[in-house]
Amino acid sequence: MATLKELSKFEERFVGGHRLCAGCGHGISVRMVLNAAEDYNVVVGCATGCLEVASTIYPYTAWNCSFIHSAFENAGATISGVEAAYKSLKRQGKIDKDFKFVAFGGDGGTYDIGFQSLSGAMERGHNMVYVCLDNEAYMNTGIQRSSATPMGADTTTSPAGKVIPGKQQPRKDLTAIMAAHNIPYAAQTSISNWQDVHKKAKKAFDVEGPAFLNILSPCPRGWRYNTPDIVELTKIAVETRFWPLYEVENGKWKLNYKPKKYVPIEEFLKPQGRFRHLFAPGNEHVIKAIQEEIDNRWLALLSRCGEPQELPAK
Amino acid sequence: MKNKVAITGNEAVAQAMKQINPDVVAAYPITPQTEVVQIFSSFVSNGQVDTEFVTVESEHSAMSATIGASAAGARAMTATSSQGLALMFEMVYIASSLRLPIVFPVVNRALSGPINIHCDHSDAMGIKDAGVIQLFCENAQEAYDNMIQAVRIAEHPDVLLPVSVNLDGFITSHALDVLEVLDDETVKNFVGTYQPEEYLLDAENPVTMGTLDLYDFYFEHKRQQVAAMEAAKKVIEEVGREYEAISGRKYGLIDAYKLDDADMAVVVLNSAAGSAKGVVDELREKGLKVGVLKPRVFRPFPFEAIQDALKGVKAVAVLDRAETFSTLGGPMFADVRTALYDLKNDIKVVNYVYGLGGRDLRLEDVEKVYDDLANIIKTGRADKFVNYLGLRE
Repeated sequence: MATLKELSKFEERFVGGHRLCAGCGHGISVRMVLNAAEDYNVVVGCATGCLEVASTIYPYTAWNCSFIHSAFENAGATISGVEAAYKSLKRQGKIDKDFKFVAFGGDGGTYDIGFQSLSGAMERGHNMVYVCLDNEAYMNTGIQRSSATPMGADTTTSPAGKVIPGKQQPRKDLTAIMAAHNIPYAAQTSISNWQDVHKKAKKAFDVEGPAFLNILSPCPRGWRYNTPDIVELTKIAVETRFWPLYEVENGKWKLNYKPKKYVPIEEFLKPQGRFRHLFAPGNEHVIKAIQEEIDNRWLALLSRCGEPQELPAK
Repeated sequence: MKNKVAITGNEAVAQAMKQINPDVVAAYPITPQTEVVQIFSSFVSNGQVDTEFVTVESEHSAMSATIGASAAGARAMTATSSQGLALMFEMVYIASSLRLPIVFPVVNRALSGPINIHCDHSDAMGIKDAGVIQLFCENAQEAYDNMIQAVRIAEHPDVLLPVSVNLDGFITSHALDVLEVLDDETVKNFVGTYQPEEYLLDAENPVTMGTLDLYDFYFEHKRQQVAAMEAAKKVIEEVGREYEAISGRKYGLIDAYKLDDADMAVVVLNSAAGSAKGVVDELREKGLKVGVLKPRVFRPFPFEAIQDALKGVKAVAVLDRAETFSTLGGPMFADVRTALYDLKNDIKVVNYVYGLGGRDLRLEDVEKVYDDLANIIKTGRADKFVNYLGLRE
């Protein structure tokens, strides 16, 4: 795998001039992913969302490669069309350069409204990488809950109130659902580990056919954390097993990181304003439910990965 | 070389698509368009076209993928009907605002609800304000001819807009018709090759498409779309003349039938124009000065051509195969009435909504319209200006 120094020599596709918030995970994720495309020509597709509106305010663009945005729910389908055009024009000898295709969507545009178009694109086998920048809510419209929002989170459509303590339901497990499409590569990664992101993005670009990456991408506005702590926060997400690092390559599940000790979920929840209410008296049961869900999902993941089913030692 | 064939409207559309040989087609099946997709997929399977066929999971994705393909630099097409077009609605606006020359047949069918699979124009009228050029076809011949011309119109540098080619569901799409098809080479030469100025797969000149446009540019971009629509009128006529040279068939913005000396005119789109022309022939034999105006183009609205064609008549009936629920009649009525407003002579313009959900337009219905117009001319007044034809009331 390339060293950081080598990586720094590839041309950046996502450059200055964008207006993402300080401490946002999107810019970091996008640069890491596109670096893994190395010297290939790249066409980026994007769902409507923070990344798109912050990077393409006409007449400016932060994209140093071809870029297309059409609507919210169709990044999968739009890039399908671009890739189909590439296949057709290449076959007919109308173009000669090689291209890679990548679509970026937030969790709203991926888990929810864009789910059908993503599923269709994966099923049809387009040679493309779909990257979900999962910041766990509809941040661009002002922090409304999505199906990726964790249980207990305070959002503007699942507000922590006197009767209901934040979002009621656990997250949808999208990475597993994508793996169930039997695509050549699906993986979950975190910017806390650049090597993990790079390796997975490179594999995703290298496979023939569709690949899916789910990247935990914190949002300072929605999560309400101290912005310089963004990478630290994603690290805690991995250590608490809230966001396990794993990959599914041609149907084979592999756990990429096993925390050495049992770090309780409180460590992830505490630094974030969206979970503050959970630490008020009377809401202990929510934290308990979140922990139970994490432990159960962890055991299920271990089983899929052929690992011994045990929780880390406390 | 001209060949006479007996094929359905859907086959005619698929045949035109085969000869155009687009780089990408992304489509979803929907009645009564389904056959177009089916037939075209057999051309792909048998290697008769170079097309990459994307079998999307919905019409929303059909238009999305077509947009992606067109933006990438491919000649791209889709096809739809009714609910499918309604599902595409969001993307139709985006296709036109990105100035992508996408050609897509629309096999006209009523919109739900209640669900109905038969012909009316409520689907097409749903996108009349989306910045898409809309061609309408009386029969399979026109569907075939318009498909081929649509490519040239859409891709003209002064236009660069999507073009929809409308034909009546089941009436035109499924009925067998005798028509002339051009040979492959003639069509290939006529449509030429597509070379966009800016496209995603240009490795040397990467481009950002679909940007965020705030109050500082959005308005100007909309104005440019209007300018493209204005320019399209001339282009449609030019392409029509060129097409006449290879086919012998004349195409303009409108089809004026026996209007030169007419007192009474019916304005009607698509297959119903054929019925109206038949009635006109009979009434002319009785000495009545009647005619038909069939707009070939509904968007952009050819108001100058319509004014010119109708300036001598005394009364006009606009037949709409769609409702607007405005309580002011159908969509075409509003536009025709507006176009005629500035003419000096006092032309009476009335509206008839007909044929919703596939209800037949009978020849007697058309005769009744001309009777009513005669009466309006005689009395100088119209009792009601919005009427329903063939409706049980």
